[in-house]
Amino acid sequence: MIASLTAKPVCLLPKWLSDLQDDFYLNFIKEDRYLYLLRGLWMTLKITFFAVILGIALGVIAAIVRSTHDKNISEMRPGLGRVLLKISNALVKLYLTVIRGTPVVVQLMITYYIIFASSTNQMLVAVLAFGINSGAYVAEIIRSGIMSIDNGQFEAGRSLGLNYIQTMTYIIIPQAFKNVLPALANEFIVLIKETSISGYVGIMDLTRGGDVIRSRTFSPFLPLFAVALIYLIIVVFFSKLVSILERRLRNSER
Amino acid sequence: MSADMNEILDSSKSDILPGEILISVSDLAKHYKSKAGEIRALDGITTDICKGEVLVIIGPSGSGKSTFLRSLNLLERPTGGTITFEGVDITSPSSDINKLRQKMGMVFQHFNLFPHLTIMDNMTLAPRKLLKMSKPDAEAKALELLKKVALEDRAYAYPSQLSGGQKQRIAIVRALCMSPDVLLFDEPTSALDPEMVGEVLDVMKDLAKSGMTMAVVTHEMGFAREVGTRVIFMDEGKIIEEGTPDEIFTNPKNERLQSFLAKVL
Ligand SMILES: Nc1ncnc2c1ncn2[C@@H]1O[C@H](COP(=O)(O)OP(=O)(O)OP(=O)(O)O)[C@@H](O)[C@H]1O
Ligand SMILES: [Mg+2]
Repeated sequence: MIASLTAKPVCLLPKWLSDLQDDFYLNFIKEDRYLYLLRGLWMTLKITFFAVILGIALGVIAAIVRSTHDKNISEMRPGLGRVLLKISNALVKLYLTVIRGTPVVVQLMITYYIIFASSTNQMLVAVLAFGINSGAYVAEIIRSGIMSIDNGQFEAGRSLGLNYIQTMTYIIIPQAFKNVLPALANEFIVLIKETSISGYVGIMDLTRGGDVIRSRTFSPFLPLFAVALIYLIIVVFFSKLVSILERRLRNSER
Repeated sequence: MSADMNEILDSSKSDILPGEILISVSDLAKHYKSKAGEIRALDGITTDICKGEVLVIIGPSGSGKSTFLRSLNLLERPTGGTITFEGVDITSPSSDINKLRQKMGMVFQHFNLFPHLTIMDNMTLAPRKLLKMSKPDAEAKALELLKKVALEDRAYAYPSQLSGGQKQRIAIVRALCMSPDVLLFDEPTSALDPEMVGEVLDVMKDLAKSGMTMAVVTHEMGFAREVGTRVIFMDEGKIIEEGTPDEIFTNPKNERLQSFLAKVL
Protein backbone atom coordinates (compact mmCIF):
# COMPACT_ATOMS: atom_id res chain seq x y z
CA MET A 1 0.00 0.00 0.00
CA ILE A 2 2.61 2.46 1.09
CA ALA A 3 4.92 1.21 -1.62
CA SER A 4 2.38 1.83 -4.35
CA LEU A 5 1.76 5.38 -3.02
CA THR A 6 5.37 6.35 -3.25
CA ALA A 7 5.81 4.65 -6.57
CA LYS A 8 3.08 6.61 -8.37
CA PRO A 9 2.40 9.82 -6.46
CA VAL A 10 1.30 11.64 -9.60
CA CYS A 11 -1.79 9.51 -9.76
CA LEU A 12 -3.11 11.26 -6.66
CA LEU A 13 -3.09 14.68 -8.32
CA PRO A 14 -6.25 15.69 -10.16
CA LYS A 15 -5.96 15.38 -13.90
CA TRP A 16 -6.00 19.12 -14.67
CA LEU A 17 -3.24 19.77 -12.17
CA SER A 18 -1.00 17.11 -13.53
CA ASP A 19 -1.67 18.41 -17.03
CA LEU A 20 -0.66 21.84 -15.84
CA GLN A 21 2.47 20.42 -14.33
CA ASP A 22 3.35 18.75 -17.59
CA ASP A 23 2.58 21.93 -19.46
CA PHE A 24 4.76 23.91 -17.07
CA TYR A 25 7.60 21.50 -17.55
CA LEU A 26 7.22 21.58 -21.32
CA ASN A 27 7.07 25.38 -21.61
CA PHE A 28 9.55 26.54 -19.01
CA ILE A 29 11.83 23.79 -17.77
CA LYS A 30 12.49 21.65 -20.80
CA GLU A 31 15.51 22.86 -22.78
CA ASP A 32 15.75 25.76 -20.31
CA ARG A 33 12.92 27.54 -22.11
CA TYR A 34 12.38 29.92 -19.16
CA LEU A 35 15.53 31.61 -20.38
CA TYR A 36 13.55 33.07 -23.31
CA LEU A 37 11.43 34.94 -20.80
CA LEU A 38 14.33 35.95 -18.59
CA ARG A 39 16.51 37.22 -21.43
CA GLY A 40 13.48 38.84 -23.06
CA LEU A 41 12.63 40.66 -19.84
CA TRP A 42 16.18 41.90 -19.56
CA MET A 43 16.03 43.17 -23.16
CA THR A 44 12.67 44.88 -22.55
CA LEU A 45 14.05 46.65 -19.47
CA LYS A 46 17.24 47.71 -21.25
CA ILE A 47 15.37 49.11 -24.26
CA THR A 48 12.89 50.93 -22.03
CA PHE A 49 15.57 52.38 -19.77
CA PHE A 50 17.72 53.84 -22.54
CA ALA A 51 14.69 54.95 -24.57
CA VAL A 52 13.40 56.87 -21.56
CA ILE A 53 16.73 58.64 -21.16
CA LEU A 54 16.83 59.53 -24.84
CA GLY A 55 13.16 60.55 -24.70
CA ILE A 56 13.73 62.88 -21.77
CA ALA A 57 16.76 64.47 -23.45
CA LEU A 58 14.85 65.04 -26.69
CA GLY A 59 11.72 66.10 -24.82
CA VAL A 60 13.54 68.70 -22.75
CA ILE A 61 15.18 70.20 -25.83
CA ALA A 62 11.92 70.24 -27.78
CA ALA A 63 10.05 71.76 -24.84
CA ILE A 64 12.67 74.48 -24.36
CA VAL A 65 12.60 75.39 -28.05
CA ARG A 66 8.80 75.53 -28.08
CA SER A 67 8.40 77.58 -24.92
CA THR A 68 11.32 79.90 -25.77
CA HIS A 69 9.69 80.57 -29.10
CA ASP A 70 6.24 81.18 -27.70
CA LYS A 71 7.52 83.38 -24.91
CA ASN A 72 10.00 85.55 -26.75
CA ILE A 73 9.34 85.65 -30.47
CA SER A 74 6.99 88.62 -30.34
CA GLU A 75 9.54 90.74 -28.48
CA MET A 76 12.67 89.67 -30.36
CA ARG A 77 14.48 92.09 -32.59
CA PRO A 78 14.97 90.97 -36.20
CA GLY A 79 18.27 89.16 -36.67
CA LEU A 80 19.98 85.80 -36.90
CA GLY A 81 18.81 84.68 -33.45
CA ARG A 82 15.19 85.25 -34.36
CA VAL A 83 15.54 83.37 -37.64
CA LEU A 84 17.27 80.43 -35.95
CA LEU A 85 14.59 80.27 -33.28
CA LYS A 86 11.85 80.29 -35.91
CA ILE A 87 13.54 77.50 -37.87
CA SER A 88 14.15 75.32 -34.81
CA ASN A 89 10.59 75.86 -33.65
CA ALA A 90 9.27 74.80 -37.05
CA LEU A 91 11.48 71.68 -36.98
CA VAL A 92 10.33 70.76 -33.48
CA LYS A 93 6.70 71.23 -34.48
CA LEU A 94 7.23 68.97 -37.47
CA TYR A 95 8.85 66.34 -35.22
CA LEU A 96 5.96 66.45 -32.77
CA THR A 97 3.34 66.26 -35.51
CA VAL A 98 4.92 63.37 -37.39
CA ILE A 99 5.71 61.29 -34.31
CA ARG A 100 2.33 61.76 -32.71
CA GLY A 101 0.50 61.31 -35.98
CA THR A 102 1.89 57.90 -36.90
CA PRO A 103 1.79 54.49 -35.15
CA VAL A 104 4.88 53.65 -33.17
CA VAL A 105 5.12 50.22 -34.78
CA VAL A 106 5.41 51.88 -38.21
CA GLN A 107 8.09 54.21 -36.81
CA LEU A 108 9.96 51.20 -35.47
CA MET A 109 9.86 49.42 -38.81
CA ILE A 110 10.92 52.50 -40.74
CA THR A 111 13.83 52.98 -38.35
CA TYR A 112 14.86 49.36 -38.67
CA TYR A 113 14.30 48.56 -42.34
CA ILE A 114 15.02 51.98 -43.91
CA ILE A 115 17.01 54.36 -41.73
CA PHE A 116 19.27 51.77 -40.11
CA ALA A 117 18.96 49.11 -42.77
CA SER A 118 22.68 48.38 -42.57
CA SER A 119 22.90 48.25 -38.78
CA THR A 120 23.10 44.91 -37.04
CA ASN A 121 22.59 46.36 -33.58
CA GLN A 122 18.89 45.71 -33.09
CA MET A 123 18.79 47.03 -29.57
CA LEU A 124 20.26 50.36 -30.64
CA VAL A 125 17.61 50.66 -33.34
CA ALA A 126 14.85 49.95 -30.85
CA VAL A 127 16.25 52.43 -28.32
CA LEU A 128 16.37 55.11 -31.00
CA ALA A 129 12.88 54.40 -32.32
CA PHE A 130 11.24 54.28 -28.90
CA GLY A 131 13.34 57.17 -27.56
CA ILE A 132 12.44 59.43 -30.47
CA ASN A 133 8.81 58.44 -30.09
CA SER A 134 8.77 58.99 -26.34
CA GLY A 135 10.52 62.38 -26.73
CA ALA A 136 7.49 63.78 -28.53
CA TYR A 137 5.25 62.95 -25.58
CA VAL A 138 7.81 63.97 -22.96
CA ALA A 139 8.11 67.34 -24.74
CA GLU A 140 4.49 68.10 -24.04
CA ILE A 141 4.83 66.99 -20.41
CA ILE A 142 7.88 69.20 -19.84
CA ARG A 143 6.30 72.09 -21.68
CA SER A 144 3.28 72.00 -19.42
CA GLY A 145 5.72 71.92 -16.50
CA ILE A 146 7.54 75.01 -17.76
CA MET A 147 4.25 76.83 -18.32
CA SER A 148 3.16 76.04 -14.78
CA ILE A 149 6.07 78.01 -13.29
CA ASP A 150 5.12 81.50 -12.18
CA ASN A 151 6.59 84.19 -14.42
CA GLY A 152 7.93 85.90 -11.30
CA GLN A 153 10.53 83.11 -11.03
CA PHE A 154 11.74 83.95 -14.48
CA GLU A 155 11.84 87.68 -13.75
CA ALA A 156 13.68 87.12 -10.49
CA GLY A 157 16.35 85.15 -12.32
CA ARG A 158 16.72 87.69 -15.09
CA SER A 159 16.77 90.62 -12.65
CA LEU A 160 19.80 89.07 -10.93
CA GLY A 161 21.61 89.19 -14.27
CA LEU A 162 21.23 85.54 -15.26
CA ASN A 163 20.70 85.20 -18.99
CA TYR A 164 17.81 83.33 -20.56
CA ILE A 165 19.59 79.97 -20.70
CA GLN A 166 20.98 80.24 -17.15
CA THR A 167 17.55 81.16 -15.81
CA MET A 168 16.05 78.17 -17.60
CA THR A 169 18.82 75.82 -16.43
CA TYR A 170 19.06 76.77 -12.77
CA ILE A 171 15.58 78.04 -11.96
CA ILE A 172 12.81 77.07 -14.35
CA ILE A 173 13.70 73.55 -15.55
CA PRO A 174 14.47 72.09 -12.09
CA GLN A 175 11.10 73.29 -10.80
CA ALA A 176 9.26 72.22 -13.94
CA PHE A 177 10.93 68.83 -13.78
CA LYS A 178 9.90 68.33 -10.19
CA ASN A 179 6.31 69.25 -11.02
CA VAL A 180 6.07 66.72 -13.84
CA LEU A 181 8.12 63.90 -12.32
CA PRO A 182 5.03 61.71 -11.75
CA ALA A 183 3.90 62.27 -15.33
CA LEU A 184 7.38 61.36 -16.58
CA ALA A 185 7.37 58.20 -14.49
CA ASN A 186 4.03 57.30 -16.05
CA GLU A 187 5.57 57.77 -19.47
CA PHE A 188 8.19 55.20 -18.44
CA ILE A 189 5.42 52.76 -17.49
CA VAL A 190 3.65 53.31 -20.81
CA LEU A 191 6.90 52.74 -22.65
CA ILE A 192 7.53 49.39 -20.95
CA LYS A 193 4.33 48.11 -22.51
CA GLU A 194 4.92 49.86 -25.81
CA THR A 195 8.24 48.06 -26.37
CA SER A 196 6.27 44.80 -26.68
CA ILE A 197 6.12 45.45 -30.41
CA SER A 198 9.90 45.04 -30.68
CA GLY A 199 9.36 41.56 -32.07
CA TYR A 200 8.21 43.13 -35.33
CA VAL A 201 11.84 43.79 -36.18
CA GLY A 202 13.14 40.53 -34.74
CA ILE A 203 14.18 41.73 -31.31
CA MET A 204 13.99 39.11 -28.57
CA ASP A 205 12.10 41.10 -25.97
CA LEU A 206 9.80 39.68 -23.32
CA THR A 207 6.76 39.35 -25.58
CA ARG A 208 8.77 37.76 -28.35
CA GLY A 209 10.36 35.40 -25.84
CA GLY A 210 6.94 34.09 -24.83
CA ASP A 211 5.92 33.81 -28.43
CA VAL A 212 9.01 31.79 -29.30
CA ILE A 213 8.19 29.31 -26.54
CA ARG A 214 4.64 29.07 -27.86
CA SER A 215 5.87 28.31 -31.35
CA ARG A 216 8.17 25.55 -30.07
CA THR A 217 5.68 23.86 -27.75
CA PHE A 218 2.42 24.57 -29.58
CA SER A 219 0.99 25.33 -26.16
CA PRO A 220 0.07 29.01 -26.00
CA PHE A 221 -1.64 29.17 -22.63
CA LEU A 222 1.22 29.23 -20.13
CA PRO A 223 3.85 31.20 -22.04
CA LEU A 224 1.47 34.03 -22.99
CA PHE A 225 -0.06 34.28 -19.54
CA ALA A 226 3.41 34.24 -18.03
CA VAL A 227 4.35 37.17 -20.28
CA ALA A 228 1.21 39.06 -19.32
CA LEU A 229 1.82 38.41 -15.64
CA ILE A 230 5.40 39.70 -15.81
CA TYR A 231 4.28 42.95 -17.48
CA LEU A 232 1.53 43.33 -14.91
CA ILE A 233 3.90 42.86 -11.99
CA ILE A 234 6.38 45.41 -13.39
CA VAL A 235 3.66 47.96 -14.15
CA VAL A 236 2.00 47.58 -10.77
CA PHE A 237 5.37 47.85 -9.05
CA PHE A 238 6.36 51.04 -10.87
CA SER A 239 2.88 52.55 -10.46
CA LYS A 240 3.24 52.02 -6.73
CA LEU A 241 6.62 53.78 -6.84
CA VAL A 242 5.06 56.69 -8.74
CA SER A 243 2.32 57.15 -6.18
CA ILE A 244 4.87 57.08 -3.37
CA LEU A 245 6.87 59.67 -5.32
CA GLU A 246 3.78 61.82 -5.80
CA ARG A 247 3.02 61.75 -2.11
CA ARG A 248 6.62 62.64 -1.25
CA LEU A 249 6.59 65.58 -3.65
CA ARG A 250 3.31 66.85 -2.33
CA ASN A 251 4.59 66.68 1.24
CA SER A 252 7.80 68.51 0.40
CA GLU A 253 5.83 71.52 -0.74
CA ARG A 254 4.92 73.47 2.38
CA MET B 1 24.68 98.91 11.59
CA SER B 2 24.53 101.08 8.51
CA ALA B 3 28.29 101.48 8.52
CA ASP B 4 28.68 97.70 8.60
CA MET B 5 26.21 97.33 5.75
CA ASN B 6 28.33 99.69 3.74
CA GLU B 7 31.43 97.64 4.32
CA ILE B 8 29.85 94.39 3.13
CA LEU B 9 28.24 95.96 0.10
CA ASP B 10 31.38 97.78 -0.97
CA SER B 11 29.97 99.16 -4.18
CA SER B 12 32.89 101.56 -4.50
CA LYS B 13 33.89 100.05 -7.85
CA SER B 14 31.70 102.49 -9.71
CA ASP B 15 33.30 105.89 -10.31
CA ILE B 16 30.07 107.75 -9.69
CA LEU B 17 30.19 109.81 -6.52
CA PRO B 18 27.24 110.32 -4.18
CA GLY B 19 25.00 113.03 -5.57
CA GLU B 20 26.03 112.46 -9.16
CA ILE B 21 23.60 111.09 -11.70
CA LEU B 22 23.39 107.26 -11.72
CA ILE B 23 20.35 106.72 -13.92
CA SER B 24 19.10 109.25 -16.42
CA VAL B 25 15.64 108.70 -17.90
CA SER B 26 14.63 110.74 -20.90
CA ASP B 27 11.19 110.88 -22.49
CA LEU B 28 10.50 107.25 -21.62
CA ALA B 29 7.40 105.74 -23.22
CA LYS B 30 5.70 102.35 -23.12
CA HIS B 31 2.66 101.94 -25.29
CA TYR B 32 0.56 98.80 -25.48
CA LYS B 33 -1.58 98.17 -28.51
CA SER B 34 -5.01 96.84 -27.68
CA LYS B 35 -8.30 96.47 -29.53
CA ALA B 36 -9.67 99.50 -27.77
CA GLY B 37 -6.74 101.57 -28.97
CA GLU B 38 -3.37 102.40 -27.51
CA ILE B 39 -2.65 102.19 -23.80
CA ARG B 40 0.01 104.64 -22.74
CA ALA B 41 1.40 102.95 -19.65
CA LEU B 42 4.31 105.41 -19.74
CA ASP B 43 3.91 108.67 -21.54
CA GLY B 44 7.09 110.70 -21.61
CA ILE B 45 8.88 110.19 -18.28
CA THR B 46 11.98 112.30 -17.74
CA THR B 47 13.92 112.22 -14.49
CA ASP B 48 17.37 111.55 -13.03
CA ILE B 49 18.21 109.24 -10.16
CA CYS B 50 21.34 110.28 -8.30
CA LYS B 51 23.70 108.08 -6.36
CA GLY B 52 22.63 107.72 -2.73
CA GLU B 53 19.15 108.93 -3.44
CA VAL B 54 15.99 107.21 -2.21
CA LEU B 55 13.40 107.91 -4.87
CA VAL B 56 9.85 107.04 -3.87
CA ILE B 57 7.23 106.61 -6.59
CA ILE B 58 3.59 106.98 -5.62
CA GLY B 59 0.36 107.15 -7.58
CA PRO B 60 -3.02 105.51 -8.08
CA SER B 61 -3.39 101.96 -9.39
CA GLY B 62 -2.68 101.67 -13.10
CA SER B 63 -0.73 104.94 -13.20
CA GLY B 64 2.38 103.20 -14.56
CA LYS B 65 4.55 102.94 -11.44
CA SER B 66 5.45 99.30 -11.96
CA THR B 67 5.96 99.78 -15.67
CA PHE B 68 8.36 102.64 -14.94
CA LEU B 69 10.35 100.71 -12.36
CA ARG B 70 10.48 97.56 -14.48
CA SER B 71 11.64 99.58 -17.47
CA LEU B 72 14.71 100.66 -15.53
CA ASN B 73 16.16 97.14 -15.73
CA LEU B 74 14.36 96.37 -18.99
CA LEU B 75 12.02 93.75 -17.58
CA GLU B 76 9.68 95.86 -19.70
CA ARG B 77 11.03 97.02 -23.04
CA PRO B 78 10.23 100.71 -23.45
CA THR B 79 8.73 101.69 -26.80
CA GLY B 80 10.35 105.11 -26.75
CA GLY B 81 12.92 107.28 -24.97
CA THR B 82 16.25 106.37 -23.42
CA ILE B 83 17.61 105.16 -20.10
CA THR B 84 21.25 105.84 -19.33
CA PHE B 85 22.76 103.85 -16.46
CA GLU B 86 26.29 104.67 -15.33
CA GLY B 87 26.88 106.43 -18.62
CA VAL B 88 25.65 103.55 -20.81
CA ASP B 89 22.50 103.80 -22.91
CA ILE B 90 20.85 100.56 -21.83
CA THR B 91 17.98 100.92 -24.31
CA SER B 92 20.38 100.64 -27.26
CA PRO B 93 20.34 97.20 -28.91
CA SER B 94 24.08 96.79 -28.41
CA SER B 95 24.02 97.14 -24.62
CA ASP B 96 24.65 94.00 -22.57
CA ILE B 97 21.52 93.92 -20.47
CA ASN B 98 22.60 90.91 -18.41
CA LYS B 99 25.73 92.73 -17.27
CA LEU B 100 23.73 95.85 -16.43
CA ARG B 101 21.14 93.92 -14.45
CA GLN B 102 23.91 92.60 -12.20
CA LYS B 103 24.31 96.17 -10.99
CA MET B 104 20.57 96.78 -10.58
CA GLY B 105 18.95 94.64 -7.91
CA MET B 106 15.20 94.17 -7.88
CA VAL B 107 12.81 93.28 -5.07
CA PHE B 108 9.32 92.12 -6.03
CA GLN B 109 5.96 92.34 -4.33
CA HIS B 110 5.70 88.55 -4.18
CA PHE B 111 9.36 87.97 -3.15
CA ASN B 112 9.98 85.47 -5.95
CA LEU B 113 12.42 83.39 -3.96
CA PHE B 114 13.41 80.17 -5.71
CA PRO B 115 11.38 77.51 -3.87
CA HIS B 116 13.60 74.58 -4.92
CA LEU B 117 16.74 76.13 -3.42
CA THR B 118 17.74 76.76 0.18
CA ILE B 119 18.08 80.35 1.36
CA MET B 120 21.83 79.98 1.01
CA ASP B 121 21.55 78.75 -2.58
CA ASN B 122 19.03 81.45 -3.40
CA MET B 123 21.61 84.00 -2.33
CA THR B 124 24.76 82.45 -3.78
CA LEU B 125 23.45 81.26 -7.16
CA ALA B 126 23.94 84.52 -9.05
CA PRO B 127 27.27 85.53 -7.44
CA ARG B 128 28.73 82.11 -8.16
CA LYS B 129 27.47 81.86 -11.73
CA LEU B 130 27.95 85.48 -12.75
CA LEU B 131 30.69 86.94 -10.57
CA LYS B 132 32.54 83.61 -10.52
CA MET B 133 32.82 83.81 -6.75
CA SER B 134 34.04 80.65 -5.06
CA LYS B 135 31.48 78.77 -3.02
CA PRO B 136 33.10 79.61 0.36
CA ASP B 137 33.44 83.29 -0.55
CA ALA B 138 29.86 83.56 -1.76
CA GLU B 139 28.58 81.74 1.31
CA ALA B 140 30.62 83.88 3.66
CA LYS B 141 29.21 87.01 2.11
CA ALA B 142 25.67 85.61 2.17
CA LEU B 143 26.06 84.72 5.85
CA GLU B 144 27.26 88.25 6.69
CA LEU B 145 24.21 89.69 4.98
CA LEU B 146 21.91 87.18 6.65
CA LYS B 147 23.26 88.34 10.01
CA LYS B 148 22.31 91.90 9.13
CA VAL B 149 18.69 90.84 8.73
CA ALA B 150 18.86 88.47 11.72
CA LEU B 151 18.15 85.37 9.65
CA GLU B 152 21.50 83.60 9.76
CA ASP B 153 19.88 80.65 11.54
CA ARG B 154 17.62 80.08 8.53
CA ALA B 155 20.44 79.81 5.98
CA TYR B 156 19.67 76.20 5.13
CA ALA B 157 15.90 76.44 5.31
CA TYR B 158 13.72 76.46 2.21
CA PRO B 159 11.62 79.51 1.32
CA SER B 160 8.37 77.69 2.12
CA GLN B 161 9.53 77.42 5.73
CA LEU B 162 9.70 81.21 6.18
CA SER B 163 7.11 83.87 6.95
CA GLY B 164 6.30 86.54 4.39
CA GLY B 165 8.37 89.16 6.18
CA GLN B 166 11.32 86.78 6.39
CA LYS B 167 10.99 85.94 2.70
CA GLN B 168 11.09 89.57 1.72
CA ARG B 169 14.14 90.23 3.91
CA ILE B 170 15.82 87.31 2.16
CA ALA B 171 14.80 88.69 -1.23
CA ILE B 172 16.49 91.98 -0.32
CA VAL B 173 19.74 90.39 0.80
CA ARG B 174 19.68 88.07 -2.20
CA ALA B 175 19.74 91.16 -4.40
CA LEU B 176 22.50 92.64 -2.22
CA CYS B 177 24.71 89.59 -2.76
CA MET B 178 25.44 90.93 -6.25
CA SER B 179 26.66 94.25 -4.76
CA PRO B 180 24.32 96.27 -6.94
CA ASP B 181 24.67 100.02 -7.43
CA VAL B 182 20.92 100.54 -7.22
CA LEU B 183 18.01 98.59 -5.80
CA LEU B 184 14.52 98.71 -7.32
CA PHE B 185 11.55 97.87 -5.08
CA ASP B 186 8.07 97.25 -6.49
CA GLU B 187 5.60 97.43 -3.60
CA PRO B 188 7.83 95.31 -1.34
CA THR B 189 5.38 95.31 1.57
CA SER B 190 2.03 95.09 -0.23
CA ALA B 191 1.78 91.30 -0.02
CA LEU B 192 2.68 91.18 3.68
CA ASP B 193 0.50 90.79 6.73
CA PRO B 194 0.44 94.14 8.54
CA GLU B 195 2.54 92.92 11.46
CA MET B 196 5.39 92.03 9.09
CA VAL B 197 5.59 95.31 7.21
CA GLY B 198 7.75 96.93 9.85
CA GLU B 199 10.57 94.41 9.76
CA VAL B 200 10.95 94.84 5.99
CA LEU B 201 10.78 98.63 6.12
CA ASP B 202 13.44 98.59 8.85
CA VAL B 203 15.83 96.73 6.56
CA MET B 204 15.11 99.23 3.80
CA LYS B 205 15.75 102.13 6.16
CA ASP B 206 19.11 100.67 7.15
CA LEU B 207 19.97 100.27 3.51
CA ALA B 208 19.05 103.88 2.79
CA LYS B 209 21.21 105.03 5.67
CA SER B 210 24.13 103.05 4.32
CA GLY B 211 23.97 105.15 1.17
CA MET B 212 22.33 102.62 -1.15
CA THR B 213 20.61 104.18 -4.14
CA MET B 214 17.00 103.05 -4.15
CA ALA B 215 13.89 103.49 -6.27
CA VAL B 216 10.81 102.40 -4.36
CA VAL B 217 7.22 102.04 -5.52
CA THR B 218 5.15 101.96 -2.34
CA HIS B 219 1.88 102.80 -0.67
CA GLU B 220 3.68 103.25 2.67
CA MET B 221 3.45 107.02 2.93
CA GLY B 222 5.15 106.98 6.33
CA PHE B 223 8.21 105.37 4.76
CA ALA B 224 8.12 107.78 1.81
CA ARG B 225 8.08 110.72 4.17
CA GLU B 226 10.72 109.47 6.57
CA VAL B 227 13.21 107.79 4.25
CA GLY B 228 12.58 109.21 0.79
CA THR B 229 14.89 111.94 -0.47
CA ARG B 230 12.57 112.67 -3.38
CA VAL B 231 9.01 111.68 -4.22
CA ILE B 232 7.48 111.31 -7.69
CA PHE B 233 3.71 111.31 -8.08
CA MET B 234 2.57 109.55 -11.26
CA ASP B 235 -0.78 109.41 -12.97
CA GLU B 236 -1.76 108.11 -16.42
CA GLY B 237 1.83 107.34 -17.34
CA LYS B 238 3.15 110.81 -16.55
CA ILE B 239 5.02 112.44 -13.69
CA ILE B 240 2.45 114.88 -12.35
CA GLU B 241 4.45 116.28 -9.47
CA GLU B 242 7.86 115.71 -8.00
CA GLY B 243 9.69 117.08 -5.00
CA THR B 244 11.02 116.45 -1.52
CA PRO B 245 8.72 114.49 0.79
CA ASP B 246 7.96 117.74 2.55
CA GLU B 247 6.89 119.48 -0.64
CA ILE B 248 4.77 116.54 -1.75
CA PHE B 249 3.07 115.70 1.52
CA THR B 250 2.65 119.03 3.28
CA ASN B 251 2.38 121.29 0.28
CA PRO B 252 0.95 119.38 -2.71
CA LYS B 253 0.18 121.70 -5.62
CA ASN B 254 -1.54 119.50 -8.21
CA GLU B 255 -5.13 118.69 -7.39
CA ARG B 256 -4.86 115.07 -8.53
CA LEU B 257 -2.06 114.64 -6.00
CA GLN B 258 -4.15 116.37 -3.37
CA SER B 259 -7.10 114.06 -3.90
CA PHE B 260 -4.76 111.01 -4.02
CA LEU B 261 -3.20 112.01 -0.70
CA ALA B 262 -6.61 112.67 0.81
CA LYS B 263 -7.48 109.06 0.01
CA VAL B 264 -4.31 107.35 1.22
CA LEU B 265 -3.30 109.42 4.24
N1 LIG C 1 0.89 93.66 -20.84
C1 LIG C 1 0.07 94.72 -20.83
N2 LIG C 1 -0.80 94.90 -21.85
C2 LIG C 1 -1.63 95.95 -21.86
N3 LIG C 1 -1.67 96.90 -20.92
C3 LIG C 1 -0.84 96.77 -19.88
C4 LIG C 1 0.08 95.68 -19.78
N4 LIG C 1 0.79 95.82 -18.63
C5 LIG C 1 0.33 96.96 -18.05
N5 LIG C 1 -0.64 97.53 -18.79
C6 LIG C 1 -1.36 98.77 -18.47
O1 LIG C 1 -0.41 99.77 -18.19
C7 LIG C 1 -0.90 100.63 -17.18
C8 LIG C 1 0.14 100.79 -16.10
O2 LIG C 1 0.26 99.59 -15.37
P1 LIG C 1 1.22 99.44 -14.10
O3 LIG C 1 1.20 98.02 -13.70
O4 LIG C 1 2.53 100.04 -14.42
O5 LIG C 1 0.48 100.32 -13.02
P2 LIG C 1 0.84 100.51 -11.48
O6 LIG C 1 0.94 101.97 -11.24
O7 LIG C 1 2.00 99.69 -11.10
O8 LIG C 1 -0.47 99.97 -10.77
P3 LIG C 1 -0.62 99.18 -9.38
O9 LIG C 1 -0.54 100.17 -8.27
O10 LIG C 1 -2.00 98.58 -9.47
O11 LIG C 1 0.45 98.16 -9.32
C9 LIG C 1 -2.21 100.06 -16.70
O12 LIG C 1 -3.26 100.79 -17.31
C10 LIG C 1 -2.19 98.66 -17.20
O13 LIG C 1 -3.49 98.22 -17.49
MG1 LIG D 1 2.30 97.95 -9.83
